[in-house]
Amino acid sequence: MSEAAKLTDDPYSISLEDINVSNPNLFMNDNHWGYFERLRKEDPIHYCGESLFGPFWSVTKFNDIMEIEKNPGAFSSEGGITLGDQPEDFQTVNFISMDSPKHDVQRKAVTNVVAPLNLAKLEPVIRSRATKILDEVPTGEEFDWVNHVSVELTTQMLATLFDFPFEKRSKLTYWSDMATSGTLNGGPTPEPVRRAALLECLEVFTNLWNERVHRDPTEANDLITMMAHNPNTQGMDPMEYLGNLILLIVGGNDTTRNSISGGVYFLNQFPDQFAKVTKDPSLIPKMVPEIIRYQTPLAYMRRRATQDYEIRGKTIKKGDKVAMWYVSGNRDEEVIENPNEFIIDRDNPRHHLSFGFGIHRCMGNRLAEMQLRIVWEEILKRFKRIEVVREPGRTQSSFVKGYTDLKVVVTGR
Amino acid sequence: MPQVKFIEFNGTEHNIDANNGDSIMVTATSNLVPGIDADCGGECSCATCHVLVGSEWQAKLKPVNDTEESMLDLNPDRSAESRLSCQIIMSDHLDGIVINLPEFQY
Repeated sequence: MSEAAKLTDDPYSISLEDINVSNPNLFMNDNHWGYFERLRKEDPIHYCGESLFGPFWSVTKFNDIMEIEKNPGAFSSEGGITLGDQPEDFQTVNFISMDSPKHDVQRKAVTNVVAPLNLAKLEPVIRSRATKILDEVPTGEEFDWVNHVSVELTTQMLATLFDFPFEKRSKLTYWSDMATSGTLNGGPTPEPVRRAALLECLEVFTNLWNERVHRDPTEANDLITMMAHNPNTQGMDPMEYLGNLILLIVGGNDTTRNSISGGVYFLNQFPDQFAKVTKDPSLIPKMVPEIIRYQTPLAYMRRRATQDYEIRGKTIKKGDKVAMWYVSGNRDEEVIENPNEFIIDRDNPRHHLSFGFGIHRCMGNRLAEMQLRIVWEEILKRFKRIEVVREPGRTQSSFVKGYTDLKVVVTGR
Repeated sequence: MPQVKFIEFNGTEHNIDANNGDSIMVTATSNLVPGIDADCGGECSCATCHVLVGSEWQAKLKPVNDTEESMLDLNPDRSAESRLSCQIIMSDHLDGIVINLPEFQY
């Protein structure tokens, strides 16, 4: 049966073994929720024998995901963190797809860019840009929030972190989109187009690297200068440099972009919550992690078993691929009360899986939260209402959970 | 009940009666001592309950295990005094322990 034929709105109309939650169309059509709910109830550690990406296991419950995250010895990240394998002749490498100890030293080479003291310095920069972007959106007429606000803001931020030529910043968005939308990951971008884009990215960044080698690393704190001067990263080969660039570009771009859009959408679906935060903007810091939980901008991370592993009576065999479905664990009713409700003042809002846990936990999680906090502080100062005028378009991907457009009309204060 | 003295980065002290069997992290968060985030809820997998413990008290603690080591290792501000407070379980022999809170959690 083809992938499309197996796709129905009713997750109970097919047998358990035919369920394939990695089908990108499920996410593009927002149809995945029922399938995950069924798996959590009936088969929380689920084997899918046939998919676009070959056979794989799905882990769908919050605490099971945590168990696997905590055991990087038994569940390796080597070879990549998406279900689709990289082509033999074009393999990018980066620290999220590495195990200890190499992962640890490469990660540490760039961690400082998102260290708390650096974030404090970035805050006024982000705020002034958010202010400018929001001041320029039209009021009283329809426009696309994704392009005008979410993409613009995150791309400007990324350009700052890399100290990338500001006028060419839309290239960063383009490379980020190309990197994640390839056919090998179930997306629409043909492989030659994806490769050409990534090679262009490498070329531009290689020129920047050659320039940054001459910068004083004690004065410059952009990511490229950091990598070019750190003994653990300065000897990277081109595909490793490219891999780490893509990791930082996608990690710093796609995820926050889609959470910014998601927040607007959720507050439309839950107008009582919008009323609550409008009345009391001091709730924004609690609302932000709830937006990130509810959006879950990356639906899963992949691991590969390095040994046979027993969990809930199933045996994951050595060499098997395992998808930890954050998007499902974040709706696990055994851990999160009323998980399908968007509630901006939860008691323990940061207890969600969207950033992962363990040694691969998102390095930029505090930066992401800060960006969202600033955006919402500035939105609420300006707008009385942001009305979503039709259902958003969604990304054709089971990995990046995002929006292609979100048409809104805003009303000023 | 054993006591814990938490000292915030700005010097503010909090003397808290702890329950035996509770972690230092739980002791802090359930008594609203600021400075500990504990995103993962005590699973030793986020490193946002980082605290500093002087050598005289470190000597009374169980040594850092592999999981705690791997999480602490990711923190650029790690020092010889660094511990994850979810991994320190209170008991009478830790009565009076002094816990210094870092300026930030990652």
